This record gives sequence, structure tokens and C-alpha cells, in this order.
Amino acid sequence: MAYKHIGKNFTPPDVRAKVTGKAKYSEDFRAEGMLFIKLLTSPMPNARVRNIDSSAALKMEGVVDILTAEDVPAMPVPQTQILTNNPKFVGDPILAIAAVDETTASNALEAIIIEYEPLPFVIDPLQSLYPGGVDAHDDGNVTQRMQPTQRIKWTARDFAAVGEDELPRGEPRDQWEYGDVDAGFESAAVVLDETFVVAGHSHHSMEPRSSFAYWENGKCYLHASSQSHTFNVPGFAAYVGIEPENMILIAEYCGGGFGSKGTAYPIASLSAHMSKKTGRPCMLRITRAEEYYLGSRRNGFQGNVKLAFRDDGKLIAADMYVVQQSGANDGFPDYMNAGGALSLVYTPEAMRWKGIPVATNTPITGAQRGPGQNQLACVMEPLMDKAAKELGVDRLVIREINATNNDSKYADKRIPVSSAYLREAIRNGAERFNWEEKKKQSGQRNGTKVTGIGVGQAFHPAGATGFDGLVSITPDGKVHVHTGVGNLGTYSYASTSRISAEVLGCSWENVVIERGDSRRNLPWNLGQFGSNTSFTMTRTNYVGAMDAKMKLLEIAAMDLGGIAEDYDVGGDKVFSKADPTQNLTLAQAAQRAIELGGKYDGHEMNEDMHAITKASVTALAGTALVGAAKDTLPSEGMAIALASAFMKIELDTETGKYEILEYVGTADCGTVVHPQGLEHQIRGGGVMGIGMAGLERIVYDPQNGLPANVGFHQSKPPSYLDVPAEMDVGYVDKPDPSNPVGARGIGEPLLGCAASALLSAISDALGGVYFNRTPVVPDMIINALADRPQSYKTLQMSNQ
Amino acid sequence: MSNKDMMPQFALFQPSDIENALELLEKYGENGWLVAGGQDSFDWFKDRAKRPEAVIDLGGIAELTGVRETPDGIEIGAMTTLTEISNNTTIKSQYGLLSEAAGRVASPQIRNAGTIGGNVSQDARCWYYRSGLDCYRAGGNTCYADTPEGMNREHCLFGASRCVAVSPSDTAAAMVALDASMVIRSSAAERVVPAEEFFIGPDVNITRMTVVEAGDILTAIRIPAKWAKAEFYFEKVADRNTWDFPLVNVACSKIVNGGVIEDIRIACAGVECVPKRMTVVEDIVRGSNQDEETAELGGGSASRGASPLNYNHFKIPLMENLVKRAIRGNSSNGTVPVQQ
Repeated sequence: MAYKHIGKNFTPPDVRAKVTGKAKYSEDFRAEGMLFIKLLTSPMPNARVRNIDSSAALKMEGVVDILTAEDVPAMPVPQTQILTNNPKFVGDPILAIAAVDETTASNALEAIIIEYEPLPFVIDPLQSLYPGGVDAHDDGNVTQRMQPTQRIKWTARDFAAVGEDELPRGEPRDQWEYGDVDAGFESAAVVLDETFVVAGHSHHSMEPRSSFAYWENGKCYLHASSQSHTFNVPGFAAYVGIEPENMILIAEYCGGGFGSKGTAYPIASLSAHMSKKTGRPCMLRITRAEEYYLGSRRNGFQGNVKLAFRDDGKLIAADMYVVQQSGANDGFPDYMNAGGALSLVYTPEAMRWKGIPVATNTPITGAQRGPGQNQLACVMEPLMDKAAKELGVDRLVIREINATNNDSKYADKRIPVSSAYLREAIRNGAERFNWEEKKKQSGQRNGTKVTGIGVGQAFHPAGATGFDGLVSITPDGKVHVHTGVGNLGTYSYASTSRISAEVLGCSWENVVIERGDSRRNLPWNLGQFGSNTSFTMTRTNYVGAMDAKMKLLEIAAMDLGGIAEDYDVGGDKVFSKADPTQNLTLAQAAQRAIELGGKYDGHEMNEDMHAITKASVTALAGTALVGAAKDTLPSEGMAIALASAFMKIELDTETGKYEILEYVGTADCGTVVHPQGLEHQIRGGGVMGIGMAGLERIVYDPQNGLPANVGFHQSKPPSYLDVPAEMDVGYVDKPDPSNPVGARGIGEPLLGCAASALLSAISDALGGVYFNRTPVVPDMIINALADRPQSYKTLQMSNQ
Repeated sequence: MSNKDMMPQFALFQPSDIENALELLEKYGENGWLVAGGQDSFDWFKDRAKRPEAVIDLGGIAELTGVRETPDGIEIGAMTTLTEISNNTTIKSQYGLLSEAAGRVASPQIRNAGTIGGNVSQDARCWYYRSGLDCYRAGGNTCYADTPEGMNREHCLFGASRCVAVSPSDTAAAMVALDASMVIRSSAAERVVPAEEFFIGPDVNITRMTVVEAGDILTAIRIPAKWAKAEFYFEKVADRNTWDFPLVNVACSKIVNGGVIEDIRIACAGVECVPKRMTVVEDIVRGSNQDEETAELGGGSASRGASPLNYNHFKIPLMENLVKRAIRGNSSNGTVPVQQ
């Protein structure tokens, strides 16, 4: 289908403000009489606050007020608290001081005397599973998102049954199985049995999660760093302790979230609580170190996977166990996602999966770009290489034979997909990369350097349904696309708004995107997470625009004669198909809508929409032609995103350092909505993947629970000089049947495909050394090259 | 904890000559703090781990900057930025080892602000020490890194003495390999200290990394003409290719004649609290042919005496390989030796 806007490049409206520095993030706001807040955070990984003496601090000049755990709502344990008297990790906030400036607030913090009772703590999940092992929380050690804490201990026999280098397979929290797994292993040509570790890296959001708040007429105005907009209004309101209708969220720009700002988070509410208590606007600027404590991190994995292959490379059975390091909160179900991803991406005929998420006294965890799916990619892709090598099958062939397709199913429920073209993505990438020639370069020596060729794949679900679209046409003829999705930085808020222009036949210049501020009358939309926006928001903006279009056609029929079906839209007009000179401009139609009232200008609306959408429609009523509808379009199967990557590296056998010479990333995301946006995602995800697999540092001291990485230079996300100067991109561009323009999301697997391709390339350069550990860093490579033992224990969580 | 990110107040002095700076230092004694580029100091201040009463900013003292040719080599003002050193035509053409090392420090932004004096004077980067723990170096009575559970991948192979921190500087190793001397002024006198003696280990003084004491100002660095236009080799291995401290680096100056290494100085940072000069390697190599056999022999001797900790034994082969490459001096590995 030929589109006017879909599939075309354009300049999203917020680009200029971002590159010129005019964009205002939360900490850029100022108000008369405002106060600044500083946090006092726990120096201990697990403790009880016995006493707080803040008398001297509160007497200091310029110090205005204090908040402690008693002053803010308590969240159900093990959820992250706003403030706590029972800190569960180093960096857990205990109290906050508001003062006229940050220097004064910092001086006051130093005058506060806290009496702590230190408690035993645990960093390594397996140590908590030992009989008698320490529980991170008072009431247990196994936490699952939004669920009560459990206590699960494995038996001494579970540990004794295996060596220290193998994962014991004690009682899981969750498990499933489909097919005849044991039969698959009995008939296999090759069986791999591998124990693995994947580190849980920090999100490294560039913008620390600062917040600024004030109150007016009972409403809280909160400036917060958020990936999502309306979806997070109820969450932030709950942390503040108010009804969603009293929360005005202002979040126009988000300086990076990578999953950590997808849903509402507690610390943003602190400025609102302090503002309520003091009656003054309050700013909480989060420091870089605090962002590392509170900004969450990926869940780490300790696990084991057994894989049974047929002689042609087909994966016939898989058996996986994942122990998840969930940190000090209720984490995210990465461990479950990993099992689902294995079942879908590699299509084993039979599979068994078990998992247990274990709380640790380490900073909080949360969803990070491909939560579980990308850890799985890092585990599996080098093993696909290992299996291919043992079977004597080409590394591309083993991936193609197992690649997910339109008939593939997800996990034990065998959930179908809406469409899947992983094989096409692999072939697209292989062609761009010139796989047949490149694979011959594998292991070639050039002085001390050796060439490694890598390939990787990854997956994530990519879409949802049931949210509300809202479009208004004002009497000046402008088309307003109201989008509550948020602006996490991919520009998909803008590219998915273009479908409204497509439906209404109007020029892009005539479209105004209303976003970023609750006062702009935003509809109920899903947040910007889970790679869903391209799918979800094209659907919602489609139904909103279709509703507006129907109203335009009806108004034209009313004024110009005939029936609605006699009319169409185009060129910023609604016109008679038989005689296009018979037309109304959008401005005229909007004016008529206001005169007509009722459903045309928002005085009446569909009842099935969310309360937030209804409130926005009511606010617009009488000002515009209003199109508003809930997405009830048909949808079959799970919308998914798939990606593949190819990499060529040259690894120096004397230093363990390598250079990434070539990178090709390819996406299967249905119809491409915004080519430039997609290309940036492929490259950006590639950079993040290189960090996850090869560079990033996450170290806790086992002696005192201290995290070693509380700054960018300690955490080592990739620098400009660590990534290839050019990264080639490709895409399948086959439409998905469950979306009106054929679009699916893509963001997350673009990290996993690159991370796993790098691991694959390193192992290839080393002639088949599979570390079963992510990241792989220079000391590991040097030890492998020098034939020295590795410094870490096989199942140790942090080593770099 | 190191998350305060808010400097305490202090008196700031910006003297325009050394005498004035020395007067201020004498006046404030232990409570005075010299700031060069600020790239180390500001971290300490923002963490509120160091709380000087008076900060003396050396940035306005013109005589502390610039590169001057002298009868016996060059003299570099301590406040010359790392960017200036990596771009200076005299240093590049005569003492390319130093421009190369300076150009590999941290990131372009830090090199623009950071100075050569500051780079060689920076404090230990041990993450426990920098976290604000009460370790030996911080005046306490324990070391968190040198324990059965300490996370000590970045720590030392040599010279442990209660503290196992390493010299984190890229230019420090180059200074030793160039046989540089450090010019130190106090209100009483000026003294000139060879680079090798300038850096001190925990066995000498556990609370500082150099011989510079309260009341002293490192004013200049002198490099002797002997090593001008020698064959140089510098290589740094770090996790990242920019904005990272070395896991190990190597700096080497060689005088080669007719394929024979007539003289050599070689040092590594990242392996000891001071840049480790490898006199044993030098003795083995001096007078030998510059060939693979010599490189193997020298490289293999580099790590002799190493006492690795739990997580850093990879530094042994890494150091051996880097020394080998420095002796080899050619670029079978693609690393271009420093050009003259």
C-alpha cells in the first residue's frame, strides 16, 4: 500500500529543542521561593534505623524541613520504598532535607545522627538459597513483581548433588513444560549442558531521575523524568497519595530510561511530599551516584541450560533453570521472559523451564531493554555456535533451521504470534554482511591479531491493544493528535502520530502533536516500554483518527447532501468523491462540529474509554471536532519484534583487546513506520549491546555490600572509541496482519542481537572458547589466551 | 558515602605568582589544598571526603605553563594541560613517548582541563579508598581490597604493603621511561627529584603517592636530552578505549643502533603503587639484538616476583606481553610505535 506519511522520513518536532539545549528536563525548572532537597541514603546493605537525631540539622540557617519514612506512604514490602527505616541496600533513601539551597541541605545532612542496627545481608542469590542462608527481606528471600514475598531454601542435598561449578536444581518458584523433553534428550545427536552467569547491569540513564513539584488548588504539578505519560499518572499519583485526576504530570522530555522510567517510581514523589509539607515548590536533583542506587538495574542470572540437537542442527529439546538476582525490591520477571524467549526464538519441540527470583541486598532491579530476552540471547547464541561446531553444521544454517516463523508458539501456553520473519532477517543481514565470504575469514591471523565472526539474534514482544486514540480538529483547521504515550527518546510518539494524518488525508505540517503535559488533554495510552509503541500507538491513533474521519464525512453529508459514504478526506478537506469541488475545509468542518455539539465536539463520547481519556474529551468539548475511540481492532496472536546481527572483530592475542570492524543489524518489525528512527534504534541498540556483552561493570563488595560502580567512568558503558564508526542496518519490512499499517515494535531485541553477536565473535576469534558468562571482559580473554584459570568461580555473580 | 555531589564551602585563592601561592600554602598548612586542573580534586570535594579550608588554584600562574627548551632537554610547566602536551610539536618530535601517553589519558574533555602536574600527582584510584572507607590509606587500620573476598581486579602485583593500590597514571610511566625529573618548590628551597624517586609506595608513606608534601608545589618537569628522538613505545590496555584507567600500560625508550639495543628504560603502570621501572628487563635487553628472542626473554622476565591477588593474575601475561611488544617495538600487532 502506498502511504503518504508511513515509511517516510521526517523531522520529529522535539529534535531542535534537544540539540540546541532548549528542551527543559525536570531539573531545569525554577520557581519563586523553591526549596532544594538532598537525600540521606543508607551506608549499609541491610539495617534497621534505631534512632534519627535531626535536631541540630533543623536548627541550621536555611534548613526548612525534613521528611522521614513516617511522613510518606509505605509501599507493600518488597516494593521499593520512598523513604525507609529498614534500608535494604547501600543507597536506600532514609530521609530528606529541604533547604534554601543544596549546599545548606548537604551541610544539614552531615549534622544528622542516625543509629543503625546492622543486619546480615546477602549479595549472591545462591547463598540465600543455602539452608540457613540469609534472607534479604525480613519475611523471605523470593520476590516476584507485585506478589508477596516467599521463603524458599534448597536442601543441602541439592547443593551436594552437584559440584561447585554446576547449578544445583533445587525447588523453583515457577516451572512449566511442554512436549516430551526426556525423549528429546534420548534421541539427540548432540547434547550441551551448560552453566551460565549473566550480570545485571545498571541502566545508565543519562538524565538522573530528578523531580520538581508544587501544589495549586489541591492539584499536584509534578515534573518527572518519565518514559511514559498517561500510563504513569495513576502510579505517580499513588506514590503521592492522591487521585489520578489531581496529578498534573509534566514530562516533555526524558533523558534516557531504557526501561527504568517506563512505569512510575517512588523517588519522584518525594518532591511532591516535601512541597506539600513546606507549602513551597521543591526540587530534588538526583546525583549520578544516587541514580546508580535508585535508577535500577537489570536482573542478573545464574543458570543452567541443557540443549538436545538433532544431527541437522534442529533443537529438539531444551531444559532450562534460571536463578535470578532480583535486588532489594520485587524486581521484574526476567527469568520467566528468558524461558519464553528460548521457546519462541529457537522453537525446541519440547521444553522444560524452571526459575526462582531471589532477593539480594543490592540496589533495586527493574525492566531493562529486553528484560530476560536479552540475557537469554547472550546465553544461547554462543551455544548455538558451539552446537554447530560439534555437529559440523554451518552457524547460519543452525539458526535458520530453528528460526521462529508465523507458525511458532510461545512457552507452555503455546501462544501464537501475529507474524514472524526471523529467517528473512537473518538472510537479509547475512547478505548485507556477505556471510559466505566473511565466515572464511574466521580465525585468520594477522600478526598478533585474529579475526572473529559473530552472529546473534534476539526477540521481544512488541505490541498491545485496548488503549484510546484522541484526535481533535480545531476551527483553525489544525489537526491535533493527542498522544499520552510519552517521549522516551525514540521519536515513536511522533512517527506513530503520523497515521492520523494518513487517515485524515492531511498534510504533516497541519498536524500539532499534543503531548508531554496532562493539561494538554491526553488520552489513556500504554507507556513507552516493551517495544510496544509502533504497534500499539499506530492502532490507537488509527481508531482516534477514524472516529474523526467518520464525523467529517457525516458533517459533509449533512451540509452538502447525500450520505457519508459519498465523501472522502484529502488535501486538508472533506470532499465529495463524485465532485471534489463540493467540499468543506477541515476548519469549516470543525466549526460545524462545534455548532452541532453532541458527539461531534466531545459533549458525547463512547463509554468504553478510560476515565483519563474521558476527562480529556470533556475538557476539549465545545472547542473542536473530537475523534475519540478505544482500540477494539481485531488482533490475532502476540505481536513480536525480532532482530539479527552480524559482527566482524579483530582480537589481539597479546592484549585481549579487540576492534569491532563491521556490524550489520537487521530488524523484523513489520512495516517500517519511520526509517530514520528505526536505523537509529538499530545502531543505538547495537551500542548498548556492545556494552552489555563486552564492557559494562557491575561489582559488589561481598564484605560490605558496597557497589563499586556509582559513576559512568566506573560502570563503563561504551565510548565512541569502543564501537564501530559505521554500523550497517537492514530490515525485512513485511506487514503484520494485526496492525492497520502492518507495524510492530522493535526497540529491545536490537540490544540482544548485538550483544550476542559480539560474544559469538569473541568465542569465534578464540577458536571456540565459550565463557558462558556476560560480560566477557579483557581479563577473561587474556586468561583464556594465556591458558590460565579464570579468577572467578563459575557461578559467581560479579567478577569484573 | 560518595554520593553527596555537593562541595562544602572553602576559601578560594587564585594567586598569579608562585611566591604568593607558597605564602598561602604556608599560611594554611595542612588545611590548604592545591588545585591544578581539578579533575581529581573536585571529586574529593564533591564527595566531601576532603575538606580543605583554603583552595589555592594554580591556574592563574603563567610561569607554571608551557614547554621550554633547555640546554639539556626540555622543561614543562606543571600546569601545562595534557592536550597541550599531546599536541606540542617539540614534545611530539623529540619525546613522542610523552605526547602519546598524555593523549591516552582519560577523555578529550579531561585532557583539556587536566594538567601534567595533576596527572602525575593524582591520588590512588582503588575503589574502596574512593568509596570513603576507613582503609589504611585513608588513615584507618584495614585494607578491603587485599582480603579473600576483596574485589581487586585493578590492584597491584608488586610492592603491596598494607595497601594494594596501583599507580593509575599514563604519563607517570612515560616520565620514568624518559628519566624525567620533577622540580619541587617550597618557601624554603627548590629541589629536583628524579621521577623514579618522586613516586612513593605505601611502604614509604601510605597516605600519599609522591614525595610532594604540604608546603610543596610541583612546578615543572624536566626531560633530559639523552632520550630525545629515541625509539619509543607506549601502549595502554584498559577496558574502554577512552575515559578509563589502564589495567596495565607500558612506556619504553630505546636507543637502537645497527639492530642492537644500546640503552633502554622501560616502565609499567597499573601493576604497583609506583610506575614500575623494570631494571631486570633493561639489563637483559641492553646490548642485545632487537629481535623476537630478546623480546621473549625480556617480556618473560617482566613479571618476575609478582604476587597476584585473587582477581588480577591476568596482569601477569598482560604485562609480559606489553613489555615484549615494547622491546619488539614494531607493529606486528598493528600498534604503531611512537613516530619521531
